[in-house]
Parts: sequence; C-alpha cells; structure tokens
Amino acid sequence: MREPLISVRDLQVHFHTHAGVVHALNGVSFDLYPGEILGLVGETGCGKSVTGLALLGLIPPPGQVVGGEIRYRGQNILTLPPAQMRALRGGKIAMIFQDPAAALNPVFTVGEQIELVTRRHRRMGREAARRQAAEVLRSVGMPEPERILDTYPHELSGGMQQRVMIAMALSCGAEVLVADEPTTALDVTIQAQILDLLVDLKRTRGLSILLITHNLGVVAETCDRVAVLYAGFIVETGPTGAIFQSMKHPYTQGLLAAIPHPSSRGRPLQAVPGTVPDGLQLPPGCLFHPRCPFAWDRCRQERPVLREVADGHQVACHLYAGEAER
Amino acid sequence: MTEPLVQARQLTKHYVLRGGLFSRRQVVRALHWVDLTVYPGETFGVVGESGCGKTTLGRCLLRLVEPTFGEVLFRGENLLQLDRETLRQRRRYFQMLFQNPYLSLDPRMNVLNLVGEPLVTHTDLRGRALAERVAALLERVGLSADHLYRYPHEFSGGQLQRIAIARALALNPLFVVLDEPTSALDVSVQAQILNLLKDLQAELGLTYLFISHDLSVVQHVSDRIAVMYLGRVVEVGTTEGIFYDARHPYTQALISSTPIPDPQARRSRVILQGSVPSPLNPPPGCSFHPRCAQALPLCATEEPRLVDVGDGHLVACHRAG
Ligand SMILES: Nc1ncnc2c1ncn2[C@@H]1O[C@H](COP(=O)(O)OP(=O)(O)OP(=O)(O)O)[C@@H](O)[C@H]1O
Ligand SMILES: Nc1ncnc2c1ncn2[C@@H]1O[C@H](COP(=O)(O)OP(=O)(O)OP(=O)(O)O)[C@@H](O)[C@H]1O
Ligand code: SF4
Ligand code: SF4
Ligand SMILES: [Mg+2]
Ligand SMILES: [Mg+2]
Repeated sequence: MREPLISVRDLQVHFHTHAGVVHALNGVSFDLYPGEILGLVGETGCGKSVTGLALLGLIPPPGQVVGGEIRYRGQNILTLPPAQMRALRGGKIAMIFQDPAAALNPVFTVGEQIELVTRRHRRMGREAARRQAAEVLRSVGMPEPERILDTYPHELSGGMQQRVMIAMALSCGAEVLVADEPTTALDVTIQAQILDLLVDLKRTRGLSILLITHNLGVVAETCDRVAVLYAGFIVETGPTGAIFQSMKHPYTQGLLAAIPHPSSRGRPLQAVPGTVPDGLQLPPGCLFHPRCPFAWDRCRQERPVLREVADGHQVACHLYAGEAER
Repeated sequence: MTEPLVQARQLTKHYVLRGGLFSRRQVVRALHWVDLTVYPGETFGVVGESGCGKTTLGRCLLRLVEPTFGEVLFRGENLLQLDRETLRQRRRYFQMLFQNPYLSLDPRMNVLNLVGEPLVTHTDLRGRALAERVAALLERVGLSADHLYRYPHEFSGGQLQRIAIARALALNPLFVVLDEPTSALDVSVQAQILNLLKDLQAELGLTYLFISHDLSVVQHVSDRIAVMYLGRVVEVGTTEGIFYDARHPYTQALISSTPIPDPQARRSRVILQGSVPSPLNPPPGCSFHPRCAQALPLCATEEPRLVDVGDGHLVACHRAG
C-alpha cells in the first residue's frame, strides 16, 4: 500500500467574528498520495481555500484550527515550530492562487523573483541561478524564457503569470502543490494550457497536486481522485472514474445534475433546492439534510461519517450505512 | 419567414484612449463591423473570451453606449437615429440584466423601490397598485410579497439575481440582453436561474440575447449562437450547427478547450498556443491568424468576410465555404 504524502484527519477550523463563531471546517479528512492530482470541489464558502491554506499553516486570523491534524510524511505539521513551518512552506509545499498578479512582487522582474527563491533553496552564484531560472521557465512551457526573465509581472498575461507562479514553486523544490482555483480567472483556451501543464508536471516530476476548483468539468479532465466538500465537511471521496460513474452522496448527485450538459438541452436543469447553510448556525445531524430529498429522522439527529462503499470510494451518508446499523 | 426583432448592421464601437503628453492616441477596437439578426422568441447566444466585445455588443444594441458606426434596427426602426424622447419611449421594450447583482442593484433601495422604479418612470402606477404589481412580479420570479421592504444585503446572490430579473421584466419588455446572468453564481443556483429564465421566456414570449463565456451554458439555453473573437463575429449558426459542425478554427478550439464533467468523454484536444492579442493592436488580416494552426499565407493580409456556408450558417474564414 502506498503511503500518503499528506494526510488530513478531522480538521476543524473556526473563525471568531463579531457575529459569532463561523464553523468553516467541520471535520475534513483526506489523503494526498505522491504523484497524483486530487480535486477538492464544492460551492462558494464550503471551505476549499481554508483547507488549502491550512496545509501551509496560513489560516488568516481570526481563524483557528480547533481540532484534527495534518500529517506531512507522517509528521503533524500543526505542531511544528513557526520556523520549521516557514521552511516547509518555502520548500516542499507550495501554493498558487486564482490571482497570480496579487501574489507576484510588482517591483522585481520575473528573473529576480525566481532567482531569489532558487538561491534560498540552493546555494549558487547569480549566473547559475539565472541559467536555472530560464530552465525552469522553459519547463513550464514559457515561450522565450530568456526574454521573460527581464520582464515585470504586469507585462505578462494572466496565463503567463500563472506559469511564473508554478515555476517559482518548482524552483523551491516543491513536491506538493496546492493550486487554489488556478484557472478560474483565465479564458478557457488558456485554462486548457495551464491544466495540461499541471498534468504534465505530475507525470514527469511526480508532483502531487491538490487542485481546488468549483468546476466538475476541470475535475473530470485532470484529477485522479476527487473529494467533495459541503459546508466544511467531506461528503464523498474516491477515484474520479468511480465518482462520476456512480456518485453516491445526494449532494454530489445534485451538483452534477445541475450542470448544463448537451443532453439537458430543451429540458429544465435539476436544481438543488435551498442554499448552503450559514457557518454561524449549522444544522444538527447531516449538514445536507435541510436540502436533501431523502432525509429522514436519523439524518436530522446524527452526523454521518465517511464509510467505504467500494475500493477507495467513501461516502458520508446514512443511506449507505450497513444494513444492520440502519 | 418571420420578421427580425433586432438587427445589427456593420455595428462598430471604437474606444479612443487619450494618450499622455508624449504618447499617441490609441484606439481600442471593441466591436468591429458586426452584422447579426435576432428573431422574435429566440435565445440568441453570444460566446467568446474575455474582452472580445460581448458586453459592448449588448450595450450598443440597446444604445446604452453610442456606437461609432453602423445601424441597430429594432422592428425595422433605426434606434441610432431616434431623438431622446422617442428613444425613452422605446426603452421600455428592451432591458439588460447584468452579471453582478451586487453591483447592479442600489444597496440603499428596498425591493419595492428597486423593482418599482421602472414602473414609476414609465407608468402611472403608484401606492398600493404599485406594491401589488411589484408583489406579483416577485412571485413570478420565485420570491414573495414578504420581501417588498427588505434591502439587497439581506439576500443571497441567487435571490438578488431574481430581484434584478423582476426589475427587468417590470415593463413587459420584448427583448432582454442577459450579460453573463449566472457567472457569479454557484452551479446549483445557476440551474435555478436558468430554469426561471426559460420559464419566463415561454410565459411572456421574450426574446433573449444571452451573453456568456461558458459554452455549456450557452449550448443549454440558445437556439442560435454567435462566436466572437477580438471584436468580430467569426461564426453564427444554430446550436447544433455550432457544436456538431463548427467551421471556424477558433470555434473548434473553444469547444475542445471547454472541460466536460464526464471522464469517459476525454477527447483529443486542440490546445491553442499563445493568448488573445490586444484589441489596441489587432493583427492584420484574419485577427486569429497568429494562433491558427490552419492559417494560409492569405490569412495574414486579407480579412475574411462572414459568408453563408449553407442554411444560414455563417463563417468568417478563408478555409470555410
Ligand atoms: N477571514 C474570515 N473571517 C470569517 N470567516 C471566514 C474568513 N475566511 C473564511 N471564512 C469563512 O470560512 C468559510 C470557508 O471559506 P473558504 O474561503 O474556504 O471558501 P471557498 O470554498 O474557498 O469558497 P470560494 O469558492 O468562494 O473561494 C466561509 O463560510 C467563510 O465565510
Ligand atoms: N469604456 C471603455 N473604454 C475603453 N475600452 C473599453 C471600454 N469598455 C470596454 N473596453 C474594451 O473593449 C474591449 C471589449 O470589452 P467588452 O467589455 O465588450 O468585452 P467582453 O467580451 O464583455 O469581456 P468580458 O468577458 O471580460 O466581460 C475590451 O478590450 C475592453 O477593454
Ligand atoms: S445522511 Fe440523510 S440527509 Fe444526509 S445526505 Fe444522506 S440521506 Fe441525505
Ligand atoms: S482565415 Fe485563416 S487564420 Fe483565420 S481562422 Fe481561417 S484559416 Fe485560420
Ligand atoms: Mg476559495
Ligand atoms: Mg462582458
């Protein structure tokens, strides 16, 4: 059995605000294996970004991890001293965002920024660092890498800026890339280029990627496995093929049925009724029960846990509890 | 043959960016020489990537911005030649719905005033009669009279878009430009709004111009589709014609780049190189030629015209036909 690179167990994050305690993550559990792309999907506010930030120890105040653990190569990183966490973040675990322009420094050239992280990671002279920077830009498919080294971020398109972000992550020697909606702000033709690059880096370098997205199409085309988040809780996880072929959780089913599809033309879409619960006031029992067409008494009282329904395919729903238990 | 409801002829909008002291004046070719015809009762989809001119097209059709050149015919009458008063009277027949209801609805107005405003401007309805009419509109979009005195911040994005729809429909328009009406919404809420828009269209006989960058959404809602690139319409066809028989290399690439939520459907993809050039300095000839894998020498110098390749399927490409 392969060992996971990252193992998240029952992660709970609260934000203490004036209005009260926002329950952002309510028991998130998943594994990220070496050389795979795991898709983390869900709708606005379900906790995708908070999960990603937690892996880098970057949850902004007033947010706080109040329970659970995140293991990287077996070690719980939530208990690491700040200096070690910083080293991990600038090294083995890297993150890219929806808006690369905001993450890049506007006053340094692309070359200067890549050289900086390269030299922090490995001792070398400026010349060598520059050569290596050009090399890493080439490896992320950047046309004319030597010329790009001397440009400023604002001179590049969104797609090229995202390539620079990925290049910087690779220069740090990252083996885990947390990609938070990396293509959401890009046009579809550019999105296709970036997704192709991520798949390519997984194949050629064995990079492990947590791909955060709200787009099930992106998941279907790039991810090996999927975890579906609802109200800060993983409701279903499994291999992409299995999830799309026989999704089990009523929320996952509703999410897929709501997407326009060639076969839905001329027919009404199946909308999931109601809205996502407010993190200030979570419903008791199954978090999805107020919107679930199958809910019964048990769902209103008891929170279901993730249970294996097929090889590597887990679902948190009382419908799939063992016969005896039901 | 039915009479067109809206027609654009050579519709063009150039924005002039005033240069600084030493820099030259620059021209953004936002919309260039666009011809299209929308028939009553249909949903005419407009797709294309960011900055290709979709919003500019919608605004020019309703004369919310002044086109630089061209004509817009609304039931045969040229909107661009109307005087202010006549234009004001015509305005009730066409409406625009925007992407972001948080920005398009004034946060200081309550629902009654937001939805009632166009009625106050264009009709004699006041007081109780006005409130009743607004309540009826709210019910039609899935809200209720209970919401009359609430303010925008009390609603979710999907509910706000319903309020914006009620406002757009207050005067029984004939033609509604929907500019990315669901792009700011989650898929489950998007489904609710798309269903509502379809129901209202059938019930009220509306004609839609549906603008979106999301091909799956456009495919779901449209009868016919125009594909835009750098301010030009490069292909027009029925939804089937565009999705199953795309003729323009850009349309083909756009369709093949759109992710489909079905891992079985993994297709061979045409991945376009490079990015969209700036509309400040569009390439000569076919503006798609620097990214086109099928470009001919001719493509770099001569602009292809939109021609009918059969059954009203229009394509602007030297290779088509
Ligand atoms: N700084 C904060 N203060 C209070 N609550 C917060 C803060 N940041 C996040 N939250 C809450 O945490 C929850 C999860 O937010 P998160 O940003 O992870 O969602 P998301 O799934 O990334 O959504 P989106 O798709 O919109 O990016 C939300 O309910 C949000 O209100
Ligand atoms: N008021 C303006 N002044 C100058 N340029 C403008 C103005 N409005 C739009 N443009 C430019 O015109 C072009 C077309 O813009 P438009 O908003 O119509 O595109 P769009 O297809 O709607 O894009 P998006 O998908 O991002 O909404 C863009 O290059 C844009 O920058
Ligand atoms: S546990 Fe009950 S309410 Fe929750 S998803 Fe399953 S059936 Fe629906
Ligand atoms: S005209 Fe030429 S460059 Fe333009 S799309 Fe057709 S083949 Fe390609
Ligand atoms: Mg997020
Ligand atoms: Mg627009």
